[in-house]
Amino acid sequence: MATKKTPTKRAPKKRTASSDVTNEQLLEFYREMLLIRRFEEKAGQMYGMGLIGGFCHLYIGQEAVVVGMQSALEERDTILTSYRDHGHMLACGMDPDGVMAELTGRSGGYSKGKGGSMHMFSEEKGFYGGHGIVGAQVPIGTGIAFAHKYLEENAVNVAYLGDGALNQGQVYESFNMASLWELPVVYVIENNSYAMGTSTARSSANSTELYHRGAAYGIPGMQVDGMDVIAVREAAKIAVEHARSGKGPYIMEMMTYRYRGHSMSDPAKYRSKEEVQKVREERDPIERLRAVMLKKKVIDEAGMKQIDKDVKAVVSKSAEFAQSSPEPDPSELYTDVYADA
Amino acid sequence: MPIEILMPALSPTMTEGKLAQWLKNEGDSVSSGDILAEIETDKATMEVEAVEEGILGKILIAGDTDNVAVNTPIAILLEEGETEADLANVSSSVPNSVAVTDTVAESSTPAPTPVSVSGPAVEFVAPESEWDGPVVKTTVREALRDAMAEEMRRNKKVFLMGEEVAQYQGAYKISQGLLDEFGAKRVIDTPITEHGFAGLGVGAAFYGLNPIVEFMTFNFAMQAIDHIINSAAKTRYMSGGQVSSPIVFRGPNGVASRVGAQHSQCYASWYAHCPGLKVVSPYSAADAKGLLKSAIRDPNPVIFLENELMYGTSFDVPDTDDWTVPIGKAKVVRPGTDVTIVTFSLMVGKALDAAEELAKEGISAEVIDLRTIRPLDTETILTSVRKTNRLVTVEEGWAFSGIGSEISAMVMEQAFDYLDAPVKRVAGVDVPLPYAANLEQLALPQSSHIITSAKEVCYRS
Ligand SMILES: Cc1ncc(C[n+]2csc(CCOP(=O)(O)OP(=O)(O)O)c2C)c(N)n1
Ligand SMILES: [Mg+2]
Repeated sequence: MATKKTPTKRAPKKRTASSDVTNEQLLEFYREMLLIRRFEEKAGQMYGMGLIGGFCHLYIGQEAVVVGMQSALEERDTILTSYRDHGHMLACGMDPDGVMAELTGRSGGYSKGKGGSMHMFSEEKGFYGGHGIVGAQVPIGTGIAFAHKYLEENAVNVAYLGDGALNQGQVYESFNMASLWELPVVYVIENNSYAMGTSTARSSANSTELYHRGAAYGIPGMQVDGMDVIAVREAAKIAVEHARSGKGPYIMEMMTYRYRGHSMSDPAKYRSKEEVQKVREERDPIERLRAVMLKKKVIDEAGMKQIDKDVKAVVSKSAEFAQSSPEPDPSELYTDVYADA
Repeated sequence: MPIEILMPALSPTMTEGKLAQWLKNEGDSVSSGDILAEIETDKATMEVEAVEEGILGKILIAGDTDNVAVNTPIAILLEEGETEADLANVSSSVPNSVAVTDTVAESSTPAPTPVSVSGPAVEFVAPESEWDGPVVKTTVREALRDAMAEEMRRNKKVFLMGEEVAQYQGAYKISQGLLDEFGAKRVIDTPITEHGFAGLGVGAAFYGLNPIVEFMTFNFAMQAIDHIINSAAKTRYMSGGQVSSPIVFRGPNGVASRVGAQHSQCYASWYAHCPGLKVVSPYSAADAKGLLKSAIRDPNPVIFLENELMYGTSFDVPDTDDWTVPIGKAKVVRPGTDVTIVTFSLMVGKALDAAEELAKEGISAEVIDLRTIRPLDTETILTSVRKTNRLVTVEEGWAFSGIGSEISAMVMEQAFDYLDAPVKRVAGVDVPLPYAANLEQLALPQSSHIITSAKEVCYRS
């Protein structure tokens, strides 16, 4: 899929799509995407066994988006997203053990078991949640970008949101302020075509293409094949550089797809099995990268197997930790409500 | 070792479901992510995916079987190189499933009984020390401005944002002069976008800045209440103590004068309801200044409820740039022995007027200015009630689920034996606030209502 850009006056010049990605980076992308995939499969399985409660939104299918984006960021940059957040946390280097243990509600979880699947944070890794109210992360991310600018840190915030979240009023309030104040924020719309059971066609007036939603605010936008990690990375470099250099916000529309249900319990009546199967067969981000790497002889089958094995071990360890870590002490019920003045 | 595939649950409450059909046959090789089977409940269908790769060695429960219990083995997966002969020594795909059951059983440690304290359990808060230095006559408006200016001088991370706070000098002139002194970077005019700038402020606070977000009035903060509660108040808890929101939301609250129902409402009980927030509502200029400074320094989200009708009123304020008043401490503004009147904000003035009148009739009323609504200074209230044995609460907002209701319940729970009469609540009439001058007057608590109620609890007429 070609990369499209909004015809706004601040749109950057087209650049060649050639990539400077090294073989080591390709391997890293592969490993990270596979880690997310296997982690999520494991989470789904553990949910099925009653070890994880409540809502659990899996990221399977969308791995290339966050892995590609993250590769264009620097350590001081920050990110935040919605409730579909496990992939983002793994991609920014958070410990799989701590994430899985939060899913099982154990004291070893990132939020000591008080947050759950949708609410985790790591100031150390620049991850600011984990937000359960659709769209709420967008002004918050804009505010973190405001802080980056206020503190003159030359850092960028990446605020992820869904195609459904894009219809929230507060998103446009954020676009307006971010553009007005030239805040260093990149809005990444993960367009997986559905908000629960509502397709973009049923929720978006005029067009199902979403990258131009910032046009009224002069925010450049581009559409990116979100199932191609290298395309994501190349696009991300442009958007992040734009924001970092003080030119204000940027909108990226990632064309992606979630293979699983919205949450664990999903009647799946809003799309056909064939539709899902087709994406899996033709656009799967992991398979595509695998093919590229084999063709370029970056790695051989045996090497692939080894990565599979390593990733599996990491995921198994996290699952074991998430089951052996104790439940939070009852006294934890009352802590962390207020910070000491 | 061959691996058992178990019947999964679609939700934590599901105990059994239908194994609708198998999509793979015995002998098929499967890889991770392949769909093996479909299961159904009355609510939803779900696909069972392979998590391991291997060969589907044996199907234990056939397709189209109803009432399969969760966690029943439904098939056996053979790993590479294994044959049917290995089917005997299966391992569960959940190596820890036994251990898990154990943990669940263990977790039946008795949970602490829910405590019925009013508001958060707070430590004793020492009152501010008596000021015997010089004082200056200052309006509440100037006191609020001075508090912000002093804190902005003290800490570069403090900034003010809101509608008309900069160039216009504040819709109610609270931020007069701040733009000149601190510049546009720290005194920021926002678009009319309450939901957005409240959320933006919370994000800045997550990252360690100390925003003061001014709402032109708190009526408009209803558009922002999601960020105030879901984002600011709850994040510290949800992050296990990692991420705080050191932010102040301030602006005029309550009834102004003749502006109709949408612009006239007290939000004290709305915010006081929520753990994670602190709620402050001062009356005097000295308290306004000292409490706003404490609010700005506080690492938690603080709702700072002002009153437009008080802005122009002058009080003595300590002549220092380091005057703070602790959050969480009420103040006895008039000592008395016969009846306790508990109130806050504008109504403190009405209560003081009422106490003056009551004194003429030989009733000695003690008036408590709460100053902070959450955390509530229950000790000061209880000490007074134990002395007077009678209580009247006064607030401008509606009585239903109001601050007076909370105080009544708290006193009933903690000082029931000391009460010589049922508590009386004086509050706004249970209607949207009318515009007509006479109706508006009738809808709001007046000194006369306080006097009548005080006499009632004293069984005097
Ligand atoms: C304000 C709000 N409204 C509704 C919901 C319930 N809800 C949770 S996720 C969701 C769909 C969001 O879809 P999208 O933004 O496309 O993200 P995706 O799930 O596809 O990642 C809805 C309606 C919510 N959490 N918050
Ligand atoms: Mg979506």
